[in-house]
Amino acid sequence: MTELPVDKALVEGRVPDRSPEQIPELHEVGCPDELRERIETLMGRYPDRKSASIPALWAVQRLYGWCTPEGIRQAAAVMRVTPAYLESVASFYDLLHTSPVGTHKVAVCTNISCWMRGGDELLEAFRAAAGEDDQFFVTGFECLGACDIAPMASIDERYFGPLEAAEARTAIEQLRAGSEVLPEKALEKRPLPGGPDA
Amino acid sequence: MPETRMLLKNAEDPRLRTLDGYKGYGGYASLEKAYREMEADEVLKELEDSGLRGRGGAGFAMGKKASFLPRGEMNKYLCCNADESEPGAFKDRELMQRNPHQLIEGIAIAALAAGAGHAFIFIRGEYDSQADILDAAVAEAYEAGYLGRDICGSRCDLELVVHRGAGAYICGEETALLDALEGKRGNPRLKPPFPAVQGLYGGPTLINNVETLSNVPHIVRNGAEWFKGFGTEQSPGTKVVSVSGCVRRPGNYEVELGTPTRELIMDLAGGPREGREVKAFYPGGSSSPVLKAEEGLDLPYSFEAMAEAGSMLGSGSIIVADDQVSIPHMALRTARFYHHESCGKCTPCREGTNWTVKMLERVVRGEATPMDLDIVASVQENIIGHCLCVLGDSMAMPVGAMVRKFRDEFEDVIAAASEGEPAVAERIAVAQGAAETLGAAT
Repeated sequence: MTELPVDKALVEGRVPDRSPEQIPELHEVGCPDELRERIETLMGRYPDRKSASIPALWAVQRLYGWCTPEGIRQAAAVMRVTPAYLESVASFYDLLHTSPVGTHKVAVCTNISCWMRGGDELLEAFRAAAGEDDQFFVTGFECLGACDIAPMASIDERYFGPLEAAEARTAIEQLRAGSEVLPEKALEKRPLPGGPDA
Repeated sequence: MPETRMLLKNAEDPRLRTLDGYKGYGGYASLEKAYREMEADEVLKELEDSGLRGRGGAGFAMGKKASFLPRGEMNKYLCCNADESEPGAFKDRELMQRNPHQLIEGIAIAALAAGAGHAFIFIRGEYDSQADILDAAVAEAYEAGYLGRDICGSRCDLELVVHRGAGAYICGEETALLDALEGKRGNPRLKPPFPAVQGLYGGPTLINNVETLSNVPHIVRNGAEWFKGFGTEQSPGTKVVSVSGCVRRPGNYEVELGTPTRELIMDLAGGPREGREVKAFYPGGSSSPVLKAEEGLDLPYSFEAMAEAGSMLGSGSIIVADDQVSIPHMALRTARFYHHESCGKCTPCREGTNWTVKMLERVVRGEATPMDLDIVASVQENIIGHCLCVLGDSMAMPVGAMVRKFRDEFEDVIAAASEGEPAVAERIAVAQGAAETLGAAT
């Protein structure tokens, strides 16, 4: 009979090569004052400070462009939680990025209503217009809650639609030039479809 | 038939976003009346008598839900669910963007009825400009003494925080919303205990949708009897209906509940484009079982009529598919959404959405046999009722209905795709290209 492999941990006991992750100390992480103060204010808004974890990660992302490991350690030190805890939260949500992304974020809705009206083609047009330029982060996205302006895109967190595929290039060029993006297609300027009150 | 605007009244006026503009139209009179002249129980009774049903999806009576909270001095919470992420739904966005104070007033009154001292608006992270509008409006309301300490000399306090989510459909599920608000991953909790007993931070919690709470000031101002004068007996009031998809004028239309669905789709939203016909529609967002045009167009748009037809009113969002839309591809698109948004906590949903997507991909690639359609249908049956929350059911119900009602079309697509018919092959390329979306838990 062949011997089964033996789990060393059972025979010899586990010897962790390092202690479990600790909450980092503030002086170890070099947290900018501005970020620390922001997170402290956020924690003060809630009966339980942990409620501030999503807002704190937003603050980290605003400062560094994405949720960097250093940024997460800084937020963890301020909040007195482990970095792993904040990483587990950040990795759950679509809008929090745990890897580098471009400074301009374009999310094109490809869900049912936008798909029916050309959302996939619009996404392709944005991808083609942005090309290899890594200042742009172009991605397909699930329903953004703007089916009335389908097909639409969220460009740097503002909604635009209905968009023609050709307008993708215009938008990308306007972002490159730092000018206002598709002003006539902004959601805010849209009247109610049924017109003013009867 | 024109719209019946209650919640969207004066919404075209940009000044409505400001406190002065809102007060100019009589705003905050209900809050003053409730806090100055009414007891909490009176407010609660008015809400119960009005028969107002939740506008977020489940349609549960709002007053009844509030009455489930235990009485007495303790930390109680109110959460406004503004995580509108259901495909096809965009009414809460409109309400928050155009009339934020109506919502704040509704929250303050509901908090009085429920005895809550802390309230939160959980708004989806994508609604960035709407969150900014809410932030500004909340600051104004604090300034005017409609929020904060000793509101209108009533010795009642209310803190209101606008909390931005970060992109997860599941956070619209009430217990997942609570977890997200507590700073965790948004996983649903096992129920019971229901949030009314054990919710946010373990305290009794009332959770209501934006549109539900926006109705509250109108009910308190005009009374339950007045409110019941709109809509049907079982579905009182008006409804802001989001109509989208293959119609000429997609958008939000506010109508009395019970308005014929045909009027909403064909008259208000303008119907399908010239030469096209309505084939089917989702009556209440992507989670509702699709109705064929002939079974659905002549139904009154109410909770009870949609339930009777085997579907649901849900969040009140109609997505119209015309005769050019391929139902199998629409089923795949729907399934992919739920697959992406499944939190992964419980097995039937995590595995069921995954396998449904894989099987539907085989259908549109022409690799399936008609027998596989039976398997797709049986997977849906095994999801329904077996999950911690309704996300799995929300895929199983529409996909199951599509396979059942349009089986011929599924079989045609399988046959055509396996013979390499170009029109279908083109659609497949589109369907495959769409797989890349931001990944959450699964």
